[in-house]
Formats: sequence, structure tokens, C-alpha cells
Amino acid sequence: MKPRGKKPDLVPIPWQTVGPFFTITLTDPRPLPNIAGPDTKGERVKLVCTVFDREGAPVPDAMIEIWQANAEGKYNHPDDTQKKPVDPAFLGFGRMATNGEGICAFDTIKPGRVPGRGKSVQAPHLVVGVFARGVLKRLATRIYFAGDPANDEDPVLALVPKARRATLMAQPIAGEPGAWRCDVHLSGKRETVFFDV
Amino acid sequence: MARSSTAVARRSSGSSGRTAKNGQELSLIIHPYHRHDPRSQPPYLYPPYRITPARSPRKPLIVLPHTLSEITGPVYGHGDITETDNDLTRQHAGEPLGERITVSGRVLDDNGRPVPNTLIEIWQCNAAGRYAHRIDQHPAPLDPNFSGTGRTLTDAHGNYLFTTVKPGPYPWNNHPNAWRPAHIHFSLFGAAFATRLVTQMYFPGDPLIPFDPIVNSIPDEKAHQRLISKFELDLTKPGWSLGFRFDIVLRGREETPFETKR
Repeated sequence: MKPRGKKPDLVPIPWQTVGPFFTITLTDPRPLPNIAGPDTKGERVKLVCTVFDREGAPVPDAMIEIWQANAEGKYNHPDDTQKKPVDPAFLGFGRMATNGEGICAFDTIKPGRVPGRGKSVQAPHLVVGVFARGVLKRLATRIYFAGDPANDEDPVLALVPKARRATLMAQPIAGEPGAWRCDVHLSGKRETVFFDV
Repeated sequence: MARSSTAVARRSSGSSGRTAKNGQELSLIIHPYHRHDPRSQPPYLYPPYRITPARSPRKPLIVLPHTLSEITGPVYGHGDITETDNDLTRQHAGEPLGERITVSGRVLDDNGRPVPNTLIEIWQCNAAGRYAHRIDQHPAPLDPNFSGTGRTLTDAHGNYLFTTVKPGPYPWNNHPNAWRPAHIHFSLFGAAFATRLVTQMYFPGDPLIPFDPIVNSIPDEKAHQRLISKFELDLTKPGWSLGFRFDIVLRGREETPFETKR
């Protein structure tokens, strides 16, 4: 029993880095490269993500987490009260460690559009967490799809200076239909846009 | 699933929500989460932790007002957990070496509400200070009876419990004669993308804590204490294991949700 009358400390506790050994629990036993299964509805996409450091060298001990809506633009979560159907074959969460070349890939579907604030509607996007040894707390970013006309009216992209928006765009990989390249630069000249979420 | 009073608000809004002819929702409740006090959290760039300059952004983060994408996140259930997942001393044929310990606590949000049914994942080195990981080269023995990996769900009141052995300290190459204090890594989801937390739990009285750049990266020294578990006789099982309490506070929701007219 805790002593009565003592006011509990209700400040969120601090983040600490995942360090180099997280794979033994977070990814090796249950890697989640297939966000979408064979029964999931929607346009198939493969996201090939590479994480780079300030010098442009690949980061071989990073982890990427992805959270996304289904093809209708509905999250599989009780706080999404939109009257759109949940896809029973789709949770929307993926998690992978990068390999020796700093790469990890996800097989998923292109998410539908979800509401933004006010009357806005967001362009198709995935929310992304980047973790690594030397990254003291999660870096939050997003993946959008280059060339999607909805990008022009996305309320979150509108918060990003135009010159930096390209860092959030997945680019189609030539010769591989449905495959998209998503580069994450932790730092340096091509630094990815990260959000204070 | 009782997830605080917001669950009630959510339900009532759902039943009274109106739908336009084209199927678009007319109203949607967005209930954002509190922002962190920056002094209570580490920065990205902290040069005494030597690898951070190569891996930290220099441009200011862009503040993102929470949308549906940030207030939702993966939901787990009891099907995701097996019986020995929270007992790291029973995952092999024999028992691991080291001090057997119970690590237990409560997960609350910063409004004081319990966070039920949330996934907690842990990883740690063995009693000798060695991880069961291929890249750990520290010349301390591996323990064939210890993997150092665990997971559990909080119960309806936010409580969790792990049985494990006390991890050892170990050297690392950050600076001359650098040693990590004994620690257990914790990963939590909470209810949303915004509430995700990965941290490390330390042990009371560990003389290495004041020298550790990963702890010292947190500007507010009072916040360091939040990462140090407390020895508790009430959690200590007679003749069996020492008990350490580690309560975890995640971000909670702002006072007022807002409704979006669509």
C-alpha cells in the first residue's frame, strides 16, 4: 500500500533510447513486415525504408514503426468514430528493425483519406516512429505518396515549409510497380521533417 | 473496456452523430493529448552521449496539432500474450542465475487515470551484464536459461508485474571507463500513437547512475528520479524474490475534447 495523502507525481516519465539490443524483444520474435494480409482490401504498396545518419551512412540498428488507416480511411481503434467500415483483416501496425544496409520494408495497402482538423481532409499518409541507438526519444514523421493530388490540400503538409515537404514523400521505385522508396535522414543536408506530436 | 470517462463521451457522440447523405461524418470528436514539458524529457542532441550528434535532427520539430492519426494506435488483447511471457525465470528448462526480482507497478496517465490493457514489453541483460544478442561482445558469460525478453498487458486498473533476475551493469564504449548502470528497457503503447513510450528503469542506490550520460541527458534532475524503481518490502516475496516498484505515467488527454463539424 502506498502512504495515503501523498500526492502522486503525475508528470509523464522521461524517454530513454532503445539502445542497440531492442531486437531481442521488439522485432526478432515478432517482426511485422506485413501490415496487410492476403485478405486486406486496398491498393497494394511496398514501402522500402532506409534510415541514414548525418554523414549519409545507413543506420543498421534502427527500428521503424508504422500506424495507418485502412483503404477506406478508417483506423482500427475505438476513438475513430467515423461511420466507415473497419477491415477485419487489417490492424494497421507494422514494426521492423533495419538490416545491415539500414533498410527495412513493409508490405501494406495505401491508406484512404482521414479527416483533419476543422473541415480539412488529410491526404493518404502513414504515421511513422523512428527509434535507434543514439536517438534519445522517438522521432515522429509521416509518409505521404509523391504525386497524389490530395497532397495539395493536406492540412499537416501545409504546416511544413514548401522546400522541406519532399522529405515526407515516398517516391515510386522505377521498374517495381507498387514499390515506394521512403528515405529517413536523421540529420544533415537532407534532414527529414520530424514532428512534435 | 473501461478506458476513462472519455469512453463515455465517445459513445454518446457516436449515437448522436449525424451522417450526411454522401456518408461523410458530420461530426467527429478529437480529444488531444497533453504535450511534454521539455525539461522532463531528453533533447535529441546531447554530445556527452557520443553518437547523438550523428543521429539527431538540427532543424526545429514542427508542432503537429493532434488529428485522428495521432490519437489512435495499435490495440492489443490477451491473445497476444502467453503464460510465461511475464516470467523471465520460467522461459527455459532451468532457472537463470542471479538475484530473482519482482518488478511491478501501475501505469497511469497524467490525469491520474489508470491505463488498462496496454502492452508492456521489456528487455534486459543477464545477471552478469550480457545480452542474449549477437552483437553484444562484452566478455561476460551468457546464461542458457535467460533470454531477457518479456511482455505483458496491464490489467483493468493499470497494474503489471514481471518476474525476472536483476540485470548486471556492463561497460560500453561511450567514453573511457564508461559503465551502464543496471537497467531494464521498457516499451509501452498506451492508447494512441501520441502516448508511445520507450524508457529504461534503474535500481535504487546504483552508484553508476550519476555518471550515466543517457540518464543525464534529461535536463530536470527531478525527472531522473522517475526512472529509478523503489525497493518495496510489500512486493518482496518471503524466501523468494526482492520487490521493486516502478510506476509509469504516460501522457493523458487535454481537459476538453473538440468536436469537428463536417
